[in-house]
This record gives sequence, structure tokens and C-alpha cells, in this order.
Amino acid sequence: MSVARWLTPGLALACVVAIFAACLLGSTPLPPDRVFAAFLGGADAGDRLVVWTIRFPRALAAFLVGAALGLSGAALQGLLRNPLAEPGVLGVSATASLAATFSLYYGLVAFSPWILPLAAITGALAATALLALAAIRTRSVVTLILIGVGLSSFAGALMSLLLNIAPNPFSLSDMISWMLGSVANRSFDEIILALPFLIAGSAILLATRRGLSALTLGEEAASGVGLNLRNQRIFTVLGAGLATGASVALAGAIGFVGIVAPLLVRPFVNHDPARSLIPSALLAGLILVIADIGVRIIPTTNELKLGVVAALLGAPVFVWIAMQRRAAYD
Amino acid sequence: MTKLTATNLTLKVKDATLVEAASLGLVPGEFIALLGPNGAGKTSLIRAMLGLEYPTDGHASLNDEDTRRLNPIERARSIAYLPQTRPLAWPNTVRDVVSLGRFSHGAALGRLKPADSDAVDRAIAACDIKHLADRNADTLSGGELARMHCARAFAAEAPLLIADEPIAALDPRHQFRILDLIADYVKQGGGALVVLHDIQLAARYASRLIWMKDGHIVADGPPAETLTAQRLQDIYGIRATVKDLKIEMAGPV
Repeated sequence: MSVARWLTPGLALACVVAIFAACLLGSTPLPPDRVFAAFLGGADAGDRLVVWTIRFPRALAAFLVGAALGLSGAALQGLLRNPLAEPGVLGVSATASLAATFSLYYGLVAFSPWILPLAAITGALAATALLALAAIRTRSVVTLILIGVGLSSFAGALMSLLLNIAPNPFSLSDMISWMLGSVANRSFDEIILALPFLIAGSAILLATRRGLSALTLGEEAASGVGLNLRNQRIFTVLGAGLATGASVALAGAIGFVGIVAPLLVRPFVNHDPARSLIPSALLAGLILVIADIGVRIIPTTNELKLGVVAALLGAPVFVWIAMQRRAAYD
Repeated sequence: MTKLTATNLTLKVKDATLVEAASLGLVPGEFIALLGPNGAGKTSLIRAMLGLEYPTDGHASLNDEDTRRLNPIERARSIAYLPQTRPLAWPNTVRDVVSLGRFSHGAALGRLKPADSDAVDRAIAACDIKHLADRNADTLSGGELARMHCARAFAAEAPLLIADEPIAALDPRHQFRILDLIADYVKQGGGALVVLHDIQLAARYASRLIWMKDGHIVADGPPAETLTAQRLQDIYGIRATVKDLKIEMAGPV
């Protein structure tokens, strides 16, 4: 069990190292001593600018987005008792990015910068609540995934509709950024707008995680051992909605990290959903920080979108899990 | 003393009456077998007694408090509930699953307090699954799974136990083992209400039989008084002879 004991501290350390590495690497690599100096306020103005306004906020945004998605994915998987549940697959991210895009292109954001994260969160909560309702009505995992696929497609279609009828004409590339997800050019201002919601959502998920262990037994037996089923559903949906909405406000819709991270973590925490939450968040954060470094240093004419890389890594895993599942569970 | 009572409990869903005017009580020291054909309302009755369903009429109470208004934690500390088994969502270890029986005592998996850990150890020992404790539950046989779920229920150390068909789909030896475990629990001061389909085993283990048909409790009393050939014909529609609590089934009516 030594692996289990070192899992969380090890992942936390790896995250710090990866974020630091993200500050070193780029079009002009900086040596570690200059990055250290820049962090501590020394070094020359150019280095400080590169580290503090470009690379560090971008790496931090990638980490926070990944952590929010990993945490939400692990929590939703616990609630729905299904390893395929994840904000991206279930259409939560797509709905959130639709709401965010709507607020952007109808000029609502002009009233207050808080409108953007609030819109994304409203979209995420609406989608998560709909899914939770569906999950109560149907026990079939397949049905739930299909509803998520439908939700994703519907949000995508509405996004195209927006493209055609929005009063402020916007470019295809903007829409693609929201649908594919990216943390390019993120600043601390944007992080600060998303952070309160991200912290609130994460706090709710962590505070109510014990109930997710009980749900392993199924809903009937879980209420038998003393779980308040209704509250558990409300809090998990609320927490995942807040955290996913905040991540979408920051980076658009990034799929599949919320599936991959809990899948890798679960064997080391005895498959307990509650204990998988924190390591899943850290691992998903780590994956996105590393993927974003890759996006930046892979020489392509147009920079790859972070969400594309996440899907390239994650979608095959999704298919693999789906093929592993025995019919008995559906 | 902990007492669970149902008073004139009626449960209707749309036009269907699942349970009608059912009254019964469960106290420590009793082993009640709830009998009746499929669809008689046995599961609905125990769910309504536990407060998991809103009764249409009448009420269920635990020590004079309405179970519907009872906090799930308080209820779970007084009544351990074993519903019909469903596959686990994840391949957890046996010890973790048994530990979930301590949920109402605030146990979090992986960091049990000594009191919880001791209760889990006792339950694991009582159900003879010590050698399986570190196995993943998806590698167990049906009989081993049944003992694991029993251990989970016993780990709560609640004064009452309600089990819904705990021996369904088990081989005869395991049926005896599980019922022996429940009988031991009753001997040590627990009270059990168990839904069974095996009338012979029910008559052998239970101190009281409650017979249900079409949502009604038809009879309630010790096996010697309530187990009759006429009863089997009325309730199950089978021809049988009963002698000294031994049943000889001849076939359907």
C-alpha cells in the first residue's frame, strides 16, 4: 500500500515540477535559474514578463482546468456509479461553453466580467441537473451516455445557430476555441474570475465525498447505511456544475481528462470513489499542464488546441473502457 | 428497547394498492420471516416501514418517532437494512464494503476510527470471511458475496435487522449458513425481519411468520400456529400437506 500512501503527495510534487517546467519551455527557453529569479521578483524585466504574464498564468490555468475536470469526473462517476461519466462526454462542458459563447456574443459580458463565468456555470448546472434527473429515471448506463451525446450535439448545433444569427458577427476561430478548448493567452484576471466558483465547487465535492463510497452499494443499500440520497445528488450535481462551469469559463470545453485521470487512479485507492477525488484532480491537472507544454513546443503552423490533444489521448481510453464493460453492468 | 412498528400502513402507487392496512411490530429477540408470493407487497412493506416510501395512510415508527421524519443516519444506527443484492459499482475490497456498514457512525473508508475498525473486524470474523478481507469483491462467489453483505449489515451493530431475500440464489449449504448467522445475531439480542421464499427454512428458523397476500397481512404468529396446508393453498396456490412443520408439496392447485 506504499504506492497509495505516496500517490497524493507524489502527484502534487509532479504538478509543481510540471508547472515550473512549463515556465522554462517555450519559443525561447529560459534556464531554471532565470525562472527562479523571475518568480522571486529578481531577474530582468523581460524574464519577469514572460514568466508572470505569459507562461505561469497559462500553466496555472491548464492545471486548474484539469483539476476541476478530474475532480468533477471522479465525483460524477461515483454518483452515477459509472466509469464513463465525465463532464465532456455527458455534454456538460458543451452546454457550459454554449452559454458562455452566448453571453459573449450577445454583449452581456459588457455589463460585468462576472457574467462570463456565471453563464458557463449556469449552462453546466442546467446540463448536470438534467443528467441527474435522467439518472434517477433510468438505470441504464447506455441511455445516460446517449443523453449526454444528444446534449453535446444539441449544444453544438445551437452554437452553429449562434454563429449565423448573433448580432455581433464573430469568427469561426472564436467558436472553435470555445468548442475545442484552449488556455492560450490566459491571464491572472481570467483565473481570478473563475477561481471563486472553482473553489466553491471543489469544496462541495470534497465535503460530500464520503457519500460516494456508500453509493458503491447501489442507491437502495446506500440509503440503508444512512446516506441522504437526495442531498448527495444535489451537492454532487452542484459541485460538479460549479467546478466544470468555472473550467469552461477559463478554457472552453475540454473533454476526456475527467475520464482518464480517475481510471488511472482508481486501482491505487481500492476503487473507492471518495478516495479517488483528490488524486484524480491532481493527475488531470498534471495531464493538462503537460499536454499544454506539448501544444506550445510542437512545431505546427497553427497552434494545436489543448482540447484536441486531450481528446486524442482520452477518446481512445473512453472506447477502451466501454469495450471492457461487461453487459451485466448495463 | 428499540421497537419498529407499522400501524395500518397503506401504500398506493397510482391505482395500484401495494400494501393495505398492515400492522406489525419488530423488537430485539424476535426472528420474523415475512412470507408471501411474488408481488404480495413484502418489499413495499419493509421500504415503507423504513421510511423509504411515503405511506398513503397509516404510519411506521421507530420508538414512537415517525420513520419518515427520521434522519437517515439515526435510522441506520437502529436498523441495518439488507436490500435485494445488486452488483457493486466498483470492485472494492471486501473489508471496504463491510466498512460501509459503519457509514452512519461517520466512518470514512481508508481511515476508520478504532471503534469502527473493531466493529468491522467482529463482523468479518462472525461471518467467517477473514480470509477474503483483502480480496476484491468482484472475485467472490455468490455465497461469499452473501456473507460479505451480512457482515456489512452486522458491522453497523444496530439492534434491528431487515433483510430482503438474503438467501435468494444461494445453494442449500449457504442458505443454512446465512440463516445461522442471522439466528446468532438474534440470539445475541438483535431483532430480525427477513423476507424469505423458502417456507421450510422460514418455519425452522423464525420465531414468527408473517404471511402476506395481495398487500394484506393474512396471518401473523409462530410457525406451529400459522403454517397449515390450508394457508399454503390460500397464499401460494399450492397443494401440500403439513406435519410437524414438515411440508410435502404436491403441486399447484
